[in-house]
Amino acid sequence: MNMTEHNIQAGNKVSLLKALLKLLPEDAVLHEEEDLHPYECDGLSAYRHLPMIVVLPDTFEQVQAVLRLCYQCEVPVVARGAGTGLSGGALPLDNGVLLSLAKFKDIIHIDPKRRIARVQPGVRNLAISQAVDQFGLYYAPDPSSQIACTIGGNVAENSGGVHCLKYGLTVHNIQQLKIITIDGELLTIGGSGLDSAGYDLLALMTGSEGMLGVIVEVTVKLLPKPERAQVILAAFDNVVKAGEAVGNIISAGIIPAGLEMMDKLAISAAEDFVHAGYPLDAEAILLCELDGTNEEVSEHVAKVREVLQQSGATEVRTAKDEAERLTFWKGRKAAFPAVGRLSPDYYCMDGTIPRKQLPRVLEAMAELSKDYNLPVANVFHAGDGNLHPLILYDANIPGELERTEEFGGKILELCVEVGGTITGEHGVGIEKINQMCVQFNPLELTQFHAVKAAFDPQSLLNPGKAVPTLHRCAEFGAMHVHKGELPFPELERF
Amino acid sequence: MNADMSLQLQQRVQNAYEDKTALAIIGGNSKAFYGRAVTAETLSLADHTGVLSYEPTELVITARSGTPLKEIEALLDQHGQMLPFEPPAFNEDATIGGTIACNLSGPRRAYAGAARDYLLGCKIINGKGEILKFGGEVMKNVAGYDVSRLMAGAMGTLGVLLEVSLKVLPKPETEITQLFNCSANEAIDKMHAWSQTPLPISATSFHDSVLSVRFSGATKAVNAAVDNVGGEVMENAEKYWQDLKEQRLDFFNSDKPLWRLSLASDIESLSFEENPDDTFYEWGGALRWLKSDESAETIHAAMDEFDGHASLFRHADKVNVFQPLTPGLMRIHKNLKTAFDPHNILNPGKLYPEL
Ligand SMILES: Cc1cc2nc3c(=O)[nH]c(=O)nc-3n(C[C@H](O)[C@H](O)[C@H](O)COP(=O)(O)OP(=O)(O)OC[C@H]3O[C@@H](n4cnc5c(N)ncnc54)[C@H](O)[C@@H]3O)c2cc1C
Repeated sequence: MNMTEHNIQAGNKVSLLKALLKLLPEDAVLHEEEDLHPYECDGLSAYRHLPMIVVLPDTFEQVQAVLRLCYQCEVPVVARGAGTGLSGGALPLDNGVLLSLAKFKDIIHIDPKRRIARVQPGVRNLAISQAVDQFGLYYAPDPSSQIACTIGGNVAENSGGVHCLKYGLTVHNIQQLKIITIDGELLTIGGSGLDSAGYDLLALMTGSEGMLGVIVEVTVKLLPKPERAQVILAAFDNVVKAGEAVGNIISAGIIPAGLEMMDKLAISAAEDFVHAGYPLDAEAILLCELDGTNEEVSEHVAKVREVLQQSGATEVRTAKDEAERLTFWKGRKAAFPAVGRLSPDYYCMDGTIPRKQLPRVLEAMAELSKDYNLPVANVFHAGDGNLHPLILYDANIPGELERTEEFGGKILELCVEVGGTITGEHGVGIEKINQMCVQFNPLELTQFHAVKAAFDPQSLLNPGKAVPTLHRCAEFGAMHVHKGELPFPELERF
Repeated sequence: MNADMSLQLQQRVQNAYEDKTALAIIGGNSKAFYGRAVTAETLSLADHTGVLSYEPTELVITARSGTPLKEIEALLDQHGQMLPFEPPAFNEDATIGGTIACNLSGPRRAYAGAARDYLLGCKIINGKGEILKFGGEVMKNVAGYDVSRLMAGAMGTLGVLLEVSLKVLPKPETEITQLFNCSANEAIDKMHAWSQTPLPISATSFHDSVLSVRFSGATKAVNAAVDNVGGEVMENAEKYWQDLKEQRLDFFNSDKPLWRLSLASDIESLSFEENPDDTFYEWGGALRWLKSDESAETIHAAMDEFDGHASLFRHADKVNVFQPLTPGLMRIHKNLKTAFDPHNILNPGKLYPEL
């Protein structure tokens, strides 16, 4: 990252601090080292940096004032929600201001008739569904981190969840945003209808990783809670068969609400952790959730059971009640921390592939796992081809983190090679910035930079993330092809 | 038909970039009535055709932009699948590229999503004549900014679409449409009450005291829903929804300016005088077709009040078509236009005079 590029005035922490204290109450500006530590990393804890200053505004005017000041002084700004991001998107800059949206915690308005809720960006994902539950409604995208992550972060990452095969990602479930641009202008994007005039800036903002503007308000769409949800667990003695079963369900004309796969290592980790009753002798399990009206679910459960059996499942179980349904899901939702118990550290990857490429990708991954001598557990949003290989490693062993990252990088490149992408839902951040050079050519990257400049010509919002410079790609290409050295050699390591 | 014209098209755009000559991008010319007038040399995409990949189990189709919409729909139909946003064609020659560029969606939109929601990726030529690819052929992809969706509805002002990848869905097993006699306000109330329940509704319309509601899904679920809500069965419902989407119903047979209003679904009356017969409701109330001689200023001002927007769809001057943007948004729009099309050669003025 070009962390020294903006250090002209930014180097002068004292004067910046003074200026910020004129704009914000004293307790909304953190600058002592001990107060900065909680902000040094996001969910990708291998990367850490102390920010120069943290600000915690709680009004639009304060956010505008802070951004205007940073714009004038050319100080970079990194927005932060809950810091659960897994790609280092909210990693602070040591010459920058970290702008936390944590104080924007209000649900401003719920309109059950229009089925929308207007909320502040620091509201937690799950808190929305809880607040609208009384109206029989919910907010569909449900990342596994939903008890902690914020809606602002969800929009910035275009987060998904286990139900996005049927209900879509964040981009499909929001209607309006208020953002503040780097020069302090408040813009309203989207409207009260189902579409809006002009370019689809709502889509452009979604997944923009804090690079285009600071999201200060989100209007989400709500859905009526399904009358009934039922989950089926199917066991397979072979991962490829499980993958084929997924295609067969879809061929039968059914789009399940969720369709998840776990491999043997992930099954045993989850079972150990939450005792979900998963079959330990299976090579893979599928969890298939069907929801809708009572009649529809009955019809689809019968059909899916049949398809699974025909696809060679060794066991097909339907959750007998709501408690068992939740237990089946608990294992899946806790898969990351469960795998985390198997090893001192784990590294979560996030590629997406066309589903039919699953056998090839799993095979290649198993080979790589042998080569690097690092085990991999696989958790897979199978319905939409989003893989989460979890590489187990020990950061205390010298060199192991670097080998893990290199292994991870190879997995992502494999995803691109088979027609997929380096990130399905966790974002590029700082983590996958080199792999962006594999997925996009220099002209495409240049176009991305031009899009950023349309909002932020001085590149002050989250600089160095999400889109690599061509210079960086040239270096990565050289390193990658000719020397096979470590990725990110210029980054400090802790 | 299957022909790759990418290089020829790219050459044309490169020349236009160098000479700074404007291009009017045309697919099947089926929606020529829509948008502001563009005077420029024609760049036709009609010969750039062919489905490049389609795997029903992956739920993804990729086609060159000049591929006729009807060809794509027929192919999907063979496999029991569909474009879930039910795009209007407006004539036989409509192409998939034009469909995405206009981002117009049909009756299912309020319940299944719009064209932009199903767009997974695209290949474009930007205003410098560079061929660029964004998004992809997978359902989930957050690498880089979502430039693909930005193309949907940009009406060719940011790039010439070469290829598009779309998510498709299985067709519902059964569809039944029920009719109810009621007033406009009762219709709005009914549609809102139902939309808060898990009923499998896939389309709604209201005009001339008739509320039409289509239910789609598993046969048993549709039958149960119909039993639950009552009403009278509509005969020939498939034709009705087709005619609505293609604007062949009597309502649309008029020379009066036709406005497309997109606004909050529960707004009951607009702030200017309207004859109830001149409004046709879709999308649970969130889309309204209005025949009106009111000035664009009046209609746009009314929409501003509701945080909605109006576009002059047919029988229009082709000048004051789209809802004016706030200065802040216009600034970003202009910057984006320059970012993709620095010489302002791609459909200049099609959306707004400034773009
Ligand atoms: C255990 C675990 C499970 C997870 N499961 C999933 C999952 O199933 N699906 C999924 O998609 N993700 C998942 N994630 C990733 C993460 O939770 C999501 O990316 C989430 O949306 C991040 O939200 P946050 O509030 O923590 O954002 P942060 O981590 O604080 O920030 C993420 C990015 O958004 C930017 N940002 C944050 N707020 C704003 C704002 N208001 N305006 C502008 N930019 C902003 C930041 O600069 C940063 O680039 C998981 C993470 C963990 C730790």
